[in-house]
Amino acid sequence: MRVEIDELSVEVAGARLVREVTLTAEPGAVVGLVGPNGSGKSSLLRCVYRASRPSSGTVRVDGADLFAMSPREGARRLAALPQEAGAEFDFTVDEVVAMGRMPHQRAAARASAEDAAKCREALRRVRAEHLRDRGFLSLSGGEKQRVLIARALAQEPRVLVLDEPTNHLDIAQQLEVLHLVRDRAGGPDGPAPTVLTALHDLNLAAGHCDLLYVIARGGIVASGAPMEVLTAELLAEVFGVRAHRVSHPETGAVQLLFDRLVER
Amino acid sequence: MAATAAPTSAVPEVAHDDPPRARRRLPVPVLAAGLAVLLLLSVVCAVAIGSAGLGFGRALGYLWSGLTGGAITRDELSAYTIVWEIRFPRALLAAVVGAGLSAIGVAIQAMVRNALADPFVLGISSGAAVGANAVLLFGAFGALGVWAMSTAAFGSALLAMLLVYAVANTAHGLTPLRLVLTGTAMYYGFSAVTTLMVFFAEHGEAARSALMWLLGSLGSATWGSLPVAATAVAAGMAYLLLSARRLNALAMGDETAAALGVDAERLRRELFLVTAVVVGCVVAVSGAIGFVGLMVPHATRMLVGADHRRVLVVAPLLGAVLLVWVDVASRVLLAPIELPVGVLTAVIGVPCFLLLMRRRSYSFGVA
Repeated sequence: MRVEIDELSVEVAGARLVREVTLTAEPGAVVGLVGPNGSGKSSLLRCVYRASRPSSGTVRVDGADLFAMSPREGARRLAALPQEAGAEFDFTVDEVVAMGRMPHQRAAARASAEDAAKCREALRRVRAEHLRDRGFLSLSGGEKQRVLIARALAQEPRVLVLDEPTNHLDIAQQLEVLHLVRDRAGGPDGPAPTVLTALHDLNLAAGHCDLLYVIARGGIVASGAPMEVLTAELLAEVFGVRAHRVSHPETGAVQLLFDRLVER
Repeated sequence: MAATAAPTSAVPEVAHDDPPRARRRLPVPVLAAGLAVLLLLSVVCAVAIGSAGLGFGRALGYLWSGLTGGAITRDELSAYTIVWEIRFPRALLAAVVGAGLSAIGVAIQAMVRNALADPFVLGISSGAAVGANAVLLFGAFGALGVWAMSTAAFGSALLAMLLVYAVANTAHGLTPLRLVLTGTAMYYGFSAVTTLMVFFAEHGEAARSALMWLLGSLGSATWGSLPVAATAVAAGMAYLLLSARRLNALAMGDETAAALGVDAERLRRELFLVTAVVVGCVVAVSGAIGFVGLMVPHATRMLVGADHRRVLVVAPLLGAVLLVWVDVASRVLLAPIELPVGVLTAVIGVPCFLLLMRRRSYSFGVA
């Protein structure tokens, strides 16, 4: 599904966290959102998965206004991995993944065989079937993230929103998470969902995203393919670092070697 | 552009530091059916056990006459009255109150996402205490006769809730931390008022009954006090059972809830209202019986896990059974003196709770 964010602003207590952001993600594309801490990435994404309302502007999913839909209806199209720590109470992995079926279920109805099958399939895709009966709180960071991705996949979303999905993970887990999102999120019969993700690591972003939006002080300052966007000038200006660009010897993706802080 | 992720086989499997926990959980239908039967037996036993020297069999006989409309002789009237007009409604009220406090305890813990919360964390019970004690100590609302106590308690409970709501409410709805802080602050405020009233009360007996009320008692149970409380508890439980999935989502966090299509702000408002009404009704007839609403939810999670679809079925039954027996103990242990129920829930509950906690690997919401 195509995601179109149009002139979206978020204002909290007089501070403008997001300023008139306009952004488009084509169906099936992996779109990255990069920017320094506090630049408004999370505030923007929170509006997309409806944890907060924008002060102005719209989010459209295949042309339909997200905020005109009921929350349930929205959640049938769009799933998210928020940044928050996760469960307070010790749900099992099975129970956490089953929550992904909520938007498709009626309140009083029991989980159907179809729901159970979809949860199993989601766990299989993230290779976490062996964790089914474990307590979610007993899992490692990487395992938790895989289970949360399974929950999002069980939701059968056409759009997947991720807020820093690789935070606190070791390098193998980071690669695995992005691999899962990029290559295994598509269902057996459905197309791969459109992915909108905030990422801290610019090299991961360059290697895994089709399109990057750079956000600074709440506004988009650059957008395009990673190769075009991640220039030395932009890195100096937005992130305050000097960097060399090299291309990945195998994939040709742009990669950055960081030098030092820009002297101001 | 190709993805650079390593092929699946090259990504190492994350090692398990702790062995996978086998979770033997009782099947909920079996557990619920067992508890329902136990509850029925408990109520029957509670009616038969007492200090009036009636004997188990005779008491059961009167219960049977009452249920079936059988005849009794004139000499039996006082014994029959004890069984049918005092013990039976009292046992039923214990069950209703136990179920209500447990169900609301579960809901509150999810609502404020805090494992230490209990039904009284929002300051409702201490608000109710102000009203109840005004009646007990100073004869306020005398015009309402026997209904003065429960009416005053319910009314001041609702007033307290409105106050907490007004203070805790923000542009982003009721946030968990703000709710707990406001409720706790109000709790201390109302408690100060109650303490002051007890302090200035004219005679010691009134102060004693005020204390009894604060610790909770089912001694004022009558057929008249049952229907309102039972209806409120039943309606509250039905609402919570229908919201079980939404409560799961809420327990995972507001952002996760939003991503799953649950409006956390609205759900929290609904829960606040349900809590106010159910706790208000329960407290009005039984005072502030502590510990049940904190302990039973945790004990239930230890037995069946955290999923609210299971917890909300088992917790009310467990709470009902517990309170029926605690009330029996409060009547019988030091008869004819009646012990405050709140003291006994703690005396019985704490060791059971600690035992359960040691036996099961159970995580109290702290990762």
